[in-house]
Amino acid sequence: MLLSTIYAVLFYLATAVFVVGLAYRIRLYARTPAPLKIPTTPAPVTQSGVVVRMAKEVVLFESLFKANKWTWLFGWVFHIAMLLVILRHFRYFNEPIWFWVNWVQPFGMYAGFAMLAGLAALWGRRFLVERIRYITGPSDHLMLLLLIGIAATGLLMRFVEHTDIISLKAFILGLIYFDWQPIPADPLLLVHLGLVMLLMFIFPFSKLLHAPGVFFSPTRNQVDNPREQRHLAPWAAALDADRTEAGGE
Amino acid sequence: MADHDTVTINTLFEIPVLNRGAMKDLSTFPAAPEHQEALGFPGELVDNWQIKAIEKFGELLKKSRALQVYMDGCVKCGACTDKCHYFLGTGDPKNMPVARQDLLRKIYRRYFTFAGKYFPKLVGAEDLTKEVLDDWYNYFHQCSQCRRCSVYCPYGIDTAEISMAAREIMDHIGKGQKYCNEIIAKVHKIGNNLGLPEAALIDTLEGLEEDIEEETGVAVKLPVNVKGADILLVTPSADFFAEPHVDGLIGYAKVFHQAGVSWTVSSYASEAANFAMFIGSYEQMKQIAERIRKAAQDLGVKRIIFGECGHAWRVAYSFLNTLAGPFDFLDSRYPVPQHICEFTWDLIKDGKLNLDKSANDHMTLTFHDSCNVARGSRMGDKPGGQFEIPRAIIRACCNNFYDMAADTIHESTFCCGGGGGLLTDDLMELRSKGASPRMEALKEVVEEHGVTHMAAICAICKSQFSKVMPTYGFDMDSIVSVHQLVSNAIILDGQVTEEDADEEGDAQEHAAEQVST
Repeated sequence: MLLSTIYAVLFYLATAVFVVGLAYRIRLYARTPAPLKIPTTPAPVTQSGVVVRMAKEVVLFESLFKANKWTWLFGWVFHIAMLLVILRHFRYFNEPIWFWVNWVQPFGMYAGFAMLAGLAALWGRRFLVERIRYITGPSDHLMLLLLIGIAATGLLMRFVEHTDIISLKAFILGLIYFDWQPIPADPLLLVHLGLVMLLMFIFPFSKLLHAPGVFFSPTRNQVDNPREQRHLAPWAAALDADRTEAGGE
Repeated sequence: MADHDTVTINTLFEIPVLNRGAMKDLSTFPAAPEHQEALGFPGELVDNWQIKAIEKFGELLKKSRALQVYMDGCVKCGACTDKCHYFLGTGDPKNMPVARQDLLRKIYRRYFTFAGKYFPKLVGAEDLTKEVLDDWYNYFHQCSQCRRCSVYCPYGIDTAEISMAAREIMDHIGKGQKYCNEIIAKVHKIGNNLGLPEAALIDTLEGLEEDIEEETGVAVKLPVNVKGADILLVTPSADFFAEPHVDGLIGYAKVFHQAGVSWTVSSYASEAANFAMFIGSYEQMKQIAERIRKAAQDLGVKRIIFGECGHAWRVAYSFLNTLAGPFDFLDSRYPVPQHICEFTWDLIKDGKLNLDKSANDHMTLTFHDSCNVARGSRMGDKPGGQFEIPRAIIRACCNNFYDMAADTIHESTFCCGGGGGLLTDDLMELRSKGASPRMEALKEVVEEHGVTHMAAICAICKSQFSKVMPTYGFDMDSIVSVHQLVSNAIILDGQVTEEDADEEGDAQEHAAEQVST
């Protein structure tokens, strides 16, 4: 029971840190003004064009594709596979299971391997390519190791050493509905969940902020219309007030 | 360190092996106290510079979303590592965009993030030491703010924003660069980067009028401070005398003459380039931009047109409305401001210019997209007009034109090696090496298509290339202005051409035909 309590408390904490930390960061990005128009041109000249540009960036990793085909391949495979895997995991969070989660299930199971392969390739670059080795720090290695750990323990549970999935789901639904149930004391599962919680804890304090960050990147999210529409940050507008006075002299 | 005379051209697709510390000691001349103080910055490094630097950094993070997001968002994927011309030319790993950014980011982490405060080693956070400051000074003055890396970054992280912020911080603790700060002070005082006063400007332009009349027999005017003119031309001061810039200026004058519009240069705002962008100072940039607003108001013009200048056009196109707008006192039928290429192209499209392409037959051309025009601005109505319009003008004026390799033009263009406040002799080694990717691409079209000249629409590109091209075995005059090509091809009304002299009758018939069509 102690184990279940520890995991339950940690889960609430991790979720709180993840949600509050991320919300704080997103609020910071949203509230910080962008004083100048700096879209990397050629850029869309309408707001809907910006939506398309951002969608291509987020879904297809367009810029990365232009930059380096191997990095794009490994990175894109990893992210898309991770998305499928996460969607598949919704089956452990709701009852009855949403219909589309069942559709994702077969893809999500095998996507785990693609995720692991992508991560392994991304990690390999950090050793094999001199330029990448130069810019890689301890946290970059550890982040990949953490994700690899999560993927590997997950795959082991799915394909090698099954855990008591019925009890696990009861535990998780219990967390959601505040009707606490025991967690299966399966080492693989405990490691898997422990690593996921660790990921949630460090998300708002690490380079994982690239996920919300990309949406706030002025070089990607600004409309190219500076001649048509005057763009003015609040702190910069204050400088215009000085002009009127100076001009009146 | 290699002598510039022995610079070898790297193959374009060959990424250099890392040469650690290769450019560590290349340090641009620091601003003297008088250059600093003229801009309101401390004259020399202040005693408590660490504290002041962190304070300023914190202030900038609050004022710029780009800086805040870019400090957080890098995942060290390495997409940018082989994109900077200075890295390709020097092999110094700190010239890889991500490594250059990290000079600032490691300080951000240490002083502004939880992870960096408590686990500095783990996340690569460092204290702001004298060594770090020296690295800042040297390597943030080895970035030409060309934004090529930002094209390839999956999050659009723009190293230009980061090097601008770093320079702004350094200015505020008394560690500015001589080249930029001295020039900005000249603009505040006199109106242009060269410190060319009104009388000298008038004198220079009168000389050009005489040259044009001698060449063409037509009295083309280059007016200064004419009140009530329709168009204010704001052009880089290098256009007034440097080669091949001045040939471009002659081209603008001929185009204006032929279009029959009234125009003027202002001695008060006699500089298009806004070097304050290089030092990342919004306030300085605004002060310079306000001169243009004031000149336009004082002269009572209806339109503002900018001459060929890359960084100027970025500030003009993207920032002028923000910095010095709104321009509701100008004629609303025209964009504010316009680029001279937009103006000329509109005339060509409407068949209003009589162009003889064969006048440029002694040249086979290629076009160098200037970085700040390519990635920081636009021309015309559609995205990418900044690539199409200058090329369309060249094609209308020349028979022989070939583009360089696709991954070295348009948004992928390489900086000339002298942009962003680095066009100074004390950085000659960097400028030579940084030009190598462009020189390599040029060499390819020279060999394949017999290209003899490269056209550009930026004063810095033109100055930089005429200086470094000889290092690579090209003539210094193989760099030309786009409007120089227009100037060669244009036949002004009443112009006496060689053909006219030979076959006067034929020419008259031609003219008659053209009038009737």
